[in-house]
Amino acid sequence: MATAKKSKAKASSKKTKSQSGPTISSKLKLDKKLLLKIYDLMAQSRVLEERMIQVYRKGGAYFWIGAPGEEAFGVPLGLLGRKGQGPQYDYWHLHYRGTPSLLALGMDPADALRLIMNKATDTCTGGRNFSNHYCYPQWNVVPVTSPIEVQYSTAIGTGISQRRHKSKGISIITGGDAGSAEGDFASCLIWATRPGFELPLYITVQNNRWGISTDYASQHAEKSVADRGKAFNMRTRTYNGNDPIETYLGIQDDMEYIRKTGRPVLAEFRVSRLYGHSSASGANRIEGEECCLETFEKKLRDQKVLTAAKVKQIRADHFESIKTLAEQVSQEADPTADTLWDHTYVNSENADWRLF
Amino acid sequence: MANMAQSIRMALHFAENNLGLTDVFGQDVGAPMGGVFTATQGVKCAWNSPLDERGIVGAAMGLALAGDRCVAEIQFCDYIFNTIDLLKMAGNTLWVSHGNYSMPLTLMTPVGAGIRGSIYHSHSFDAWATRLPGWKVVMPSTPLDAYGLLLAAIQDPNPVLFLKPKALLRVRGEELIPGEPESEKELRSMIDAPLGDRSNWKPKWPQVEEYTVDIGKAKITRAGDDITLVTYGRHVLMANQVADQLKKEKSISVEVIDLRSLYPYDWACIKKSVEKTKRVVFLNEDTEVTNFAEHLCYRVTQELFYHLLARPKVLAGKNLPGIGLHAVLEENTVPQPSDIQGALLEVLNEIP
Repeated sequence: MATAKKSKAKASSKKTKSQSGPTISSKLKLDKKLLLKIYDLMAQSRVLEERMIQVYRKGGAYFWIGAPGEEAFGVPLGLLGRKGQGPQYDYWHLHYRGTPSLLALGMDPADALRLIMNKATDTCTGGRNFSNHYCYPQWNVVPVTSPIEVQYSTAIGTGISQRRHKSKGISIITGGDAGSAEGDFASCLIWATRPGFELPLYITVQNNRWGISTDYASQHAEKSVADRGKAFNMRTRTYNGNDPIETYLGIQDDMEYIRKTGRPVLAEFRVSRLYGHSSASGANRIEGEECCLETFEKKLRDQKVLTAAKVKQIRADHFESIKTLAEQVSQEADPTADTLWDHTYVNSENADWRLF
Repeated sequence: MANMAQSIRMALHFAENNLGLTDVFGQDVGAPMGGVFTATQGVKCAWNSPLDERGIVGAAMGLALAGDRCVAEIQFCDYIFNTIDLLKMAGNTLWVSHGNYSMPLTLMTPVGAGIRGSIYHSHSFDAWATRLPGWKVVMPSTPLDAYGLLLAAIQDPNPVLFLKPKALLRVRGEELIPGEPESEKELRSMIDAPLGDRSNWKPKWPQVEEYTVDIGKAKITRAGDDITLVTYGRHVLMANQVADQLKKEKSISVEVIDLRSLYPYDWACIKKSVEKTKRVVFLNEDTEVTNFAEHLCYRVTQELFYHLLARPKVLAGKNLPGIGLHAVLEENTVPQPSDIQGALLEVLNEIP
């Protein structure tokens, strides 16, 4: 981390084209240990997602949606967040491509497999929800939902609470470019910037240029989603979301700004979507999209941080451990019908009208 | 003796001082207006939000996720519809997260006709509300019940929809809220903001006390033996009026049940009454197709069929796209006392 801070001090001498605001160069190195950690988590995330796709293909799951292509954004985000429960810590209002961030927070990959296989042992939803619809109250990860962009509205409330507590906690929001057309996105920008009542929100957009099968260019006249923040006099940034060094330094800078000022940031990350929208669109590997993992591997090999053999070993180790986990999880119990009404009301209060 | 708007105000005041209520918000909820019906006037933690129903509901949900207690308001229920997926989400959060996250929030909104509110200030939300699993839904008919149900809602760990019959917000009750002055004039001088400049005004709150109405408990407002009339909201007052009239003029005793809670509802109260009277009419002002009362009617038919001496009846608002502004239009769209009397007599006169 000391290297990263020193590197930031030198930032003003170099610029990247993909960013607006203070200059940060992606050629600056982070600490080697951190680089390896980032890489390892990115690789783990990719292997896990590819395993989940295999589980789906073999009939072990009803549906897959996830994050291949967003690792270079998601892992740094997860590493930089302030982890814990309550308004003193960061709140996570994620969309359904959050695996990289959750692994960086410390999620057991078996949990992701339990979730996609809808097991009774699924700690997030008890077998009730989709892949990547995580929920971890101990880390303030609020339940991920399918209706897109609602997380931009709910973050307003956690932000208000954090502001009241003067906690330096941030409400972090992730979501896609397509969803920025929803009203919740505008709500978030307006509520976050109310004069004298600004909220500590990190409003991020992962722009993969697709909304299921509809391309961004056919629906959005704005060159950059982040430009919408300019109307609210808020800090806006656009990053190459396929470069984990750029995203790490950028997120770090943005978070420091929010914690210091209590004001929001709107940051857009240009990312790839490597396996399409979800299993609904086939979950096949898409050619022609930049793979952040391969790009990073090459950079680390070029900088002699990793060797080809080490890359192969890391990937293989993750492959074997996650394959084993998948086999174990597939043997775990499924939910039972008698649990249907559980958690409709708090404390198992009856919600079945037949029993009123 | 408070009216319903004042009772809501006093409940919010009690809650912010004693029950950890941190935020009361919505459009015009804070100073200077204190709510378009003045129901949040003078409340310390009340503040104005942007004109954004989705933001209001989303913010309430976020506050609940963070463990804070809030009461959010949608200014008229007719404007709630662009939040329906958020309402669904608020209701399902505990279930979807398998108990990991609860959603303790109160959302209040004025409902119903009766103030010549025309198309977008007159409709109801009862049936829609009862189709949001995970929520509790309450509707008071008196200031005391409004006070008690609101305090219960604020303390409930589940999301609660508090539906305020707007035509009753200026109607005074017959029972005192514990701690309030008996004199209407005295109460007004204490907690009603002055007209004109109120920038330096501060309320002088009476020492109100905790009083709750259990969610899920109905109340019999008129005891009777000949027929059961199940209702809620502003039609409780009409039902009482018709029941008193029928008793006086025709010696017919109508048992009027004020449900107070739509979900969960007090089936035991309905069951006991219908088993006694053997005839029942369900009454409300929501539109008649897939009306909430149809569920109650279905249940009576299923579980009490062999107790009945006549077909149960649902009397509700007509299934029209709106409630017209002119009195003739409004009064012919939602049940009036004459309609209620007609329905009761029809069921009473039915011979099996």
